[in-house]
This record gives sequence, structure tokens and C-alpha cells, in this order.
Amino acid sequence: MSLKTIKNTQQKERLFQSLLSASGVIILVLVIGVFITLLIQSMPAIIAHKFDFFSHTTWDPVSGQYGGLSFLVGTLLTAFLALLISIPFSLSIAIVLGEYLTEGWIALILKTAIDLLAGIPSVIYGFWGLFVLAPWIRNLEIKLGVLPYGVGILTASLILALMIIPYAASLGREVIRLVPAELKEASLSLGATRYETVRKIILPYAKSGISAGFLLSLGRALSETMAVTMVIGNSNLLPTSIFSLGNTMASVLANEFSEANGSIYISSLLEIGLLLFVVTTIISLIGRRIIKKMSVHQ
Amino acid sequence: MKKSSLKIRHAKNYLFIGIIGLCSILLMIPLILIFYQLITLGGKSINLTFLTQIPKSPGESGGGIYNAIVGTTLLVALASLVSIPLGILTGVYISEYQNSRLSGAVRTCVDILQGTPSIVIGIIVYTWVVRPMSQFSAISGGVALGIMMLPVIIKTTEETLGLIPMSLKEASLALGVPYYKTILKVVIPTGFSGILTGILLSISRVAGETAPLLFTAFGNAFLTYSIFKPISAIPLLIFNYATSPYEEWHQLAWGASLLVVGMILLLNLVAKGVTKR
Amino acid sequence: MTESVLRLDHFNFFIGENQILNDINLKFQRKKVTAIMGPSGCGKTSMIRCINRMNEWVKNARVEGEILFYGKNLFQMDPILLRRKIGMVFQRPNPFPTMSIFENVIAGYLLNGIKLSKTDKERIVEDSLRKAALWDEVKDGIHRKGTFLSGGQQQRLCIARALAMNPRLLLLDEPTSALDPKATSHIEELIIELKKTVTIVLVTHNIAQASRVSDFTAFLYLGELVEYGETTKMFTVPEDKRTEEYLTGKFG
Repeated sequence: MSLKTIKNTQQKERLFQSLLSASGVIILVLVIGVFITLLIQSMPAIIAHKFDFFSHTTWDPVSGQYGGLSFLVGTLLTAFLALLISIPFSLSIAIVLGEYLTEGWIALILKTAIDLLAGIPSVIYGFWGLFVLAPWIRNLEIKLGVLPYGVGILTASLILALMIIPYAASLGREVIRLVPAELKEASLSLGATRYETVRKIILPYAKSGISAGFLLSLGRALSETMAVTMVIGNSNLLPTSIFSLGNTMASVLANEFSEANGSIYISSLLEIGLLLFVVTTIISLIGRRIIKKMSVHQ
Repeated sequence: MKKSSLKIRHAKNYLFIGIIGLCSILLMIPLILIFYQLITLGGKSINLTFLTQIPKSPGESGGGIYNAIVGTTLLVALASLVSIPLGILTGVYISEYQNSRLSGAVRTCVDILQGTPSIVIGIIVYTWVVRPMSQFSAISGGVALGIMMLPVIIKTTEETLGLIPMSLKEASLALGVPYYKTILKVVIPTGFSGILTGILLSISRVAGETAPLLFTAFGNAFLTYSIFKPISAIPLLIFNYATSPYEEWHQLAWGASLLVVGMILLLNLVAKGVTKR
Repeated sequence: MTESVLRLDHFNFFIGENQILNDINLKFQRKKVTAIMGPSGCGKTSMIRCINRMNEWVKNARVEGEILFYGKNLFQMDPILLRRKIGMVFQRPNPFPTMSIFENVIAGYLLNGIKLSKTDKERIVEDSLRKAALWDEVKDGIHRKGTFLSGGQQQRLCIARALAMNPRLLLLDEPTSALDPKATSHIEELIIELKKTVTIVLVTHNIAQASRVSDFTAFLYLGELVEYGETTKMFTVPEDKRTEEYLTGKFG
């Protein structure tokens, strides 16, 4: 091997290492770029309506009124309602798969079901919600004597719950699996029943991880777009009950962004995008930190 | 201990199993309903015309979704073009330089990117690509999907490489193989199946994405192969046709839904098969 | 007097603040087996890793002093060229899982992008496998994956892989620590056979192994070279008290 080829090798070595660092830098720049772009683009709106963006409910681009409170309420209402509905189901599945049935054909069926639910694209949830779930809700609303829209906050929350269950359940299952077997055995050997072991040993031990799972699934519910857009009814009025029509921050973006004209209008929408990005970023960072901590403790 | 209290404890135990079992089974119901709907309604519309023709005007029956199939294929291909090499390199970077501060920051960014709402990626790519080009285009849709693929590829690459024993890298280095060749010819081939799984999963993640395409690829009722023009995609077509008032278009949308779910399941199945091997 | 292939000259090795090796002076004789022995943590593995500069992949590692390879300071040579002249076998067998047995043997050529003719390849593979006493066992399945072999066979495959590069020096880092007794004795026989053609440095924590296969032994304790000499002599009349205690199993 001649000296020239050695030099060549050293050059390639350096080139490769800079290529690796460069790709890392690209990701860094990409994410920072997303934040900065949103910030800069929403500046005109932030300046124009100071900080009263989320303090009033009139969203009327034609007359130049940009009050986003109804979207904020719609987002929080659907997301938390969805989380509430999903908890018993995702927790049950997490316990069943993490503790009771770690293998065997029933576990396989359940796991496959979770995977299937997780694999269905959001637009199809929306489609199904619009054509199958909404008519049922309409019947329910007729029986209850409220305005029978079919679509609305409740329908959106139900669909959202269905969408986040697989996510929270599989995170929960992994966390429950991390509970040391010795702890469970110690509890059982002291004469505790399985239920008591789950309630007093496993769940307390896995508590922080399971809550992180719920937090992350809340983040998903907050940012989910297509399914919600299709079944929430797209009304800019402040929702008054769970049967009201509404809009979430994400669904407003989906509905109005491509037709928005006028710089303040677009900028106001980007401000919603900025808020969505910041909130989901905080949620996912906290959630992942908790889960990482739990797995490191093992 | 009294016998009765023991009985109560056992009863509670069984009650608990009953409740969590019931909740688990209840979840099957919507799943079965969704698939029933997809297969009965979607199955009816899938045929040769469906796969090879473009949609007819509203009100006319027949027509297919060939333009959307082409669009999704093109968009995924464009997205893969950049995100696969970039994702693998970044994955290698964060697994190789575990202690550097930059790589810690990059890892956090990957987490952020994974949690970023897809609609936000849509509006960002609109600002970055569509507005300067003053044109909706396949290329902007590809960028949006590519950004969504990145975190999945990076994470699986990192995880896979983390499982490769250090000794293998040492064996190669001790043979006088330069570092870059060791990574390219020993480490990456050894982790190939894991990385491939990540790529397949990332494709299955974006194949059904609609939100990032709304303001980028935009949709197109006609067939196009140009990457500079608005283009259709299966999920976009589902959204547009599902929310349209025409029965015939609903039919097409059900067929398209079955097709896209089938594609995603197939990708996941292949990914699982690859991991097992 | 026999020529020295390798000489450590006032050699020190640090990882961060910790001094791992302290002022080592040591000569290795040509075509002999030199065993480096000592309790775990004494720095023996670090020492042979410095010889082919694998220490450079350790964070915060730093060297002082010289290691002379055929009279030249090896820290001034290109590490890649150096490593091709010095073969290394590790504690655990580590054949490349993506390659067949055949490819594993010539991995050094394949990975370095050195072109070989088909006949050269076959000759090198057969030669190296014969030298590693593995040829007869694998010749019929030479294109199977190397990971199908038993642990002992895998380790001999790794030896063949090192030999294929025609090294002038072979470093063995506890090559039998992961193997059963039968595979171990195979490898030991092989080491004795190999010293006819190549200089060998063997790191081991197994005293009996050092006495069975080595010509010279260096005893390392807490980073210092306590004693060095002919194996037969050191094992019968050790000069240093610590050596004697180690050999009689008082510590380690």
C-alpha cells in the first residue's frame, strides 16, 4: 500500500466522519428551523392582536377578528374526554398483556388487534366515524332530545379514544413488563392475591411510566388532525356541551389554511401551529424523559 | 384470618380479571366493525378498473384511483430518496457518538420530530417549499412525508446498532480496516435487517398520512407523473371523496381505504418477518 | 541473541486520570510465545490493545513512552497499516455474521478493498484454515455462515482470519476464556504450532495455560511489570514475592 493511498484513506475517513456529524446537524437545523419559521411567521398575528388571541371566541377572518378561544376549548375538551374514555381500556390491555397473558394465542390475538388499530390511518378513522359512528350518535341524540348533528365533540372524542388506546396500551405493557419479577414473587409469596399484587406492587411501581404513556397519548389526541376534522362538525362557535359542534386547533388548520388569504389571517393560523408545536414538544419531551428514566433504573 | 375475608379477597381477584378481560374484549368490537365495513364496502369496489383508471366526474359510476396509486408511490419514493440515507447516517451518528453534546441535542430533536403534529409539518413545508415555488407539487409532498419518516428510521437504526456487539467492530478495526469501511461494510450490513424493518415501518407510517399532504401535494383529479405539479395520493383521495356528497365517490373512497389498510398491514407483516430473520 | 520484534520502552498508559500501565519496559522475542499474566484489572488487556493501537478507540486514553515494532515507534506509523501487520484475536469469538466461513477468512482483504484473484483467494483461505487447524472440519461447508460453527471452531476461524493477513505478530487476548476445556486444548495446541511461523503475545489469566504454551512470561500487577523471564524459570523459581503469591493462588 503506497503512501498516496494512505492519505486517500485518511481523507475518506475525515469525509465520512464529517458526513455523520453533518447529518446530525441537519436534523438539528430542521427542528430548530421548524420552530423559528413558526415563530417568525406568526409574529405579525402576535403583534396585531397582542395576547388576546385566546381570550375571545370570535373567529371571523372577513371582519378581521381572530379569537381562538373556541379552538383551544375544543382541543382540550376532545383530547381530555378521549383520554378519559381511553384509560380503562388501555390500562386493562396493558395489565392483561404485561402481567396476565405474556404469551399464548389469546395474547397474540390481543396484540394483533392492537397493532391493527394502530396501523389504521387517521383518515380512515375519520371516514368510518363519519359514516358509521356519527349516525349512531345521531340516534342517541334524538333519544336524548338534543340537536341531532351526529358529528361533534363527543363523536370526535370517541374516535380519538379509539386511536390513542393502542399507543397508551403498548407503552403501558412495556412499562409493566419492566417491574422486576422478584417483587411480584415476593408479594405472591406473602399470600397476596394476584389482584392485590397488581394494585399494590405492580401499578405503584409502574405508575410514573404509565402516566407518561397517558401523557404521550394526550399529546397525540391534541395534535390529531384528519379524523377530528372529519367528525367534529367544524363550527367556530364555543362548544357548550359534549354534543356541540366544534373545531380544534388542528382541524382549523386543516380546514382553513389552504384558503387563507391576507397576511394576518395566515399568520394567525401559523400562530395556532406554533402553539400546537410547542405544546406537543413539551409533552413528548416530558413523557420520553420519564420513560427513559424508568428503563434506566432497571 | 377469617374465612369470609379470604372469600372476599378471592372474589375481588376474579372480579378484577373479569373487568380487565371485558375491557380488552370490548376493544375488539370497533376493530371488527371497522374491518367489516372496509371489507364489505371496499371489497365491492376493488377490481381492475378501480386499479387502472382515473376517477370519473361526480355522478358517473365507474372509474378508479389509478392517479392516487401513482401519486402515493411517487410521493413515498421521493420521501425515501432523502430520508433513508439521511436517517441511517443520523442513526449511525447518534449511536457512534453517544457522549458528545451535539449527539445529545440531535437525539432530543428526533424525539421532538416524532411528536410533531403532522399538520404542523404540512404548514411548514408549505412555507418552505410550496410558497417559494408558488405551486403545490409532488416534490413538496415528498419533503413533508420524508420529514415524517426520519425519526422512525433514525430510532430503529440507533437501536439496531446499539445491539451489535462492540467486539465485531473491533475485529474489523484490528484487521486494519478503516473506521468508515468498518461502519459501511461490517456494522451496517450486520444491522441490515433491523434497519430495513425501520424503513418499512416508516413507509407504512406515511403511506396513510393525509394532513401533511393537504397543503403540499394538494391532490389532483387527473393522472400526472410530474414532480412539479399537484398530485393525488390515496389518503388525500379518501379525504376528499369521503367528505363529498356523491355516493359513487364514497364507494371509491371505501375501496381506496381497503387498499391502503391492506398495503400498511402488508408492510408491517413484511417488517415483522424481516426482524424474525 | 534473537532479534526483538517488539519492544516497550518506558511505556505509560492512562485513561483519564487513571494510570493503567506504569513505566513498562519489555522485549518480545521473535517466533516465541510470550504470555502476559496477572490478576484482572492489572492492565494486561490494555497493554496488548496499545500494541495495535486499539486503545485509540477508548475515550480519554493517552500514552507516554514508545512501543517499537521492528525498531520503529508504532505510534508514528499509520494505524491502519500497522493493524494489518499485527493480527488480533479477542476474548470472545467474533466472526462476521453476515459473511460465510470463506469470506470471514479473507475478511481483511474484502473489507480493505484489496483485490485478489480467485485462485489467490482459495489458496489463502485453505492455507489460513490449515494453519488454524480448521480446514478439515469446514472444507465441505466453506460457504456456510461462520456463525453456525461451535465456539471453539469460531475462535479458530478468527485465528485464521488474523493469519490470512500474514501478520508478523499475533496478539491473543484471552482467546480461550469463553471456550470449554476441549476447545481450549485445541487452541493451545494450535498456539504451539503457530509459533514456528509467527511471534505471539498471549494475554491470559490462566496460570496453567501460560505454563503450557509460553516460552516467556511477563507478570503484571496493578499496572506494573513485576517480573519477566523464561516461563520455566519463572514458574519454578520466581524472583518476586508477588509473583510467587500469584502463582500459588494467594490472590487473583
